[in-house]
Amino acid sequence: MNKHIRAFVVPVIAVVVFLLFWEWLVWFNGWPRFKMAAPSDLPPAFERHWPLFLSMGWQTLWRTVVGLFLAVVFGTLLGMIMGFSRTMRDALYPLLVGFNAIPKATVVPIVALMFVGQHDFNTVLLAFMISFFPIAVSVSIGLSTLEPEYRDILRSLGASQATIFWKIALPKTLPEFFGALKVAVTLAFIGTNLMEIVSPHGRGLGALFDSGRTNSDFPLMFAVLIALAFLGIVLYYIVVALEKIFAGWAERAPG
Amino acid sequence: MQNLIEIKGVKHAYQTDSGPLPVLDGLEIAVPEGGFVAVVGPSGCGKSTLTRLIAGLMKPDEGEVWLHGERVKGPRSTVGMAFQNPVLLEWRTILKNVLLPLEIVPTKLSKKQAEERARFLLSLVGLEGFEDKRPSELSGGMRQRASLCRALIHQPDVLILDEPFGALDAFTREDLWQTMHRVKEREPFTGVLITHDLRESIFLSDQVVVLSGRPARTQYVLDVPSDGPRTLDDLYTPVAAEQLNILRHQIQIAQGRSTAEEGAA
Repeated sequence: MNKHIRAFVVPVIAVVVFLLFWEWLVWFNGWPRFKMAAPSDLPPAFERHWPLFLSMGWQTLWRTVVGLFLAVVFGTLLGMIMGFSRTMRDALYPLLVGFNAIPKATVVPIVALMFVGQHDFNTVLLAFMISFFPIAVSVSIGLSTLEPEYRDILRSLGASQATIFWKIALPKTLPEFFGALKVAVTLAFIGTNLMEIVSPHGRGLGALFDSGRTNSDFPLMFAVLIALAFLGIVLYYIVVALEKIFAGWAERAPG
Repeated sequence: MQNLIEIKGVKHAYQTDSGPLPVLDGLEIAVPEGGFVAVVGPSGCGKSTLTRLIAGLMKPDEGEVWLHGERVKGPRSTVGMAFQNPVLLEWRTILKNVLLPLEIVPTKLSKKQAEERARFLLSLVGLEGFEDKRPSELSGGMRQRASLCRALIHQPDVLILDEPFGALDAFTREDLWQTMHRVKEREPFTGVLITHDLRESIFLSDQVVVLSGRPARTQYVLDVPSDGPRTLDDLYTPVAAEQLNILRHQIQIAQGRSTAEEGAA
């Protein structure tokens, strides 16, 4: 079989087989719609709530992206501080690890209570809090493991620290940075949805999910899951595309 | 004649948890303009510290380093460096890698002239046709050749080579030795070569300095006179055998001193 056809056909068949099995499972067990949804229930669910999916999907998306953007800015800065200063790394690392170890679901009520009514801010904040950690760690590791010869090559010519950072340290860290960004994208989505579901305020796909839960509307809940997965995949591949543009050199030619 | 590189009574120690660790102790090296000195010595005797001192990346505790009649106080753009690790930037093409120093050092060359010079250097070391390749597409020896071009692009008057051929296989290394001679003919420089390879030292340099074990001082200086261009065959003459013998003997003395001290401690 042609390589390109196989690369396309095999995954499609796998997905179809999976959906058929799911459909069969629901039919075989005779589960009603308030207990489980079958794939065939999803298109009607989307159709019924389509305007809601669009508006709430947009809310979830922009708040995730803003949170992620803040995480990139703050995480990179923090990573730079820890990457360049041994003392700062020793000081900040335990704090960072401790903060990261806190399950973010427990932070939701605190944040919701502290900033009552500021739903957009709360959601962005949680998306940010959950996703900056991998970025900070990867940037700091990328910078602190720079071989001294790289610095020496430029320093021996009289280059400033800033020049060394722009010309060598920053580009050399990009592959690690994008690796972390792929993880952070997924995490930011978790953050947004945690806020929307745990402390619902009528906005975002999380709120739609929550309304499905109150009504035991399984087709709606699963439709939301699919929509979230779709948004997640889109963002993920945007990051992959950016990685190809800015850090494509790190990918070795096959063979 | 004035010496281009002059190292006078240099002493240096590193601060460690268990007190100062002296690495250089009364180092004397003088290299005339256009000269090429090889520095050999037991491992860990402070040879790399020496390169950093000449490049102005470090200051010695005591003593002086002079380049061109000026005392070295910090980094200067008239120095070119190449290390055992070629440290090429993976995201740049070979040509752009070679051009890197010209982005730091002020240059009279136009962009086009700079590129022409880079292409000339690359062809000199046998990398013609690889200008647009990435470092990851090149073999270790080729990367080292490119690193050499980068060290020379800004026409440094001092070339510092810190075991540049150390990680290469024997045949590639001998190829690069010959390349070095070809380069020096077209692009004259004053060189300091740190090496562990005694054959390399007498093939490339006109003066071999043997350092003692740590803390290193100048233990022995061997002049390697040369009449005309050298070939690999010259390494298999009675004269070369005699030179290698002397150096090997000196290294043994240097190692003996360091082991005796370790035994006593």
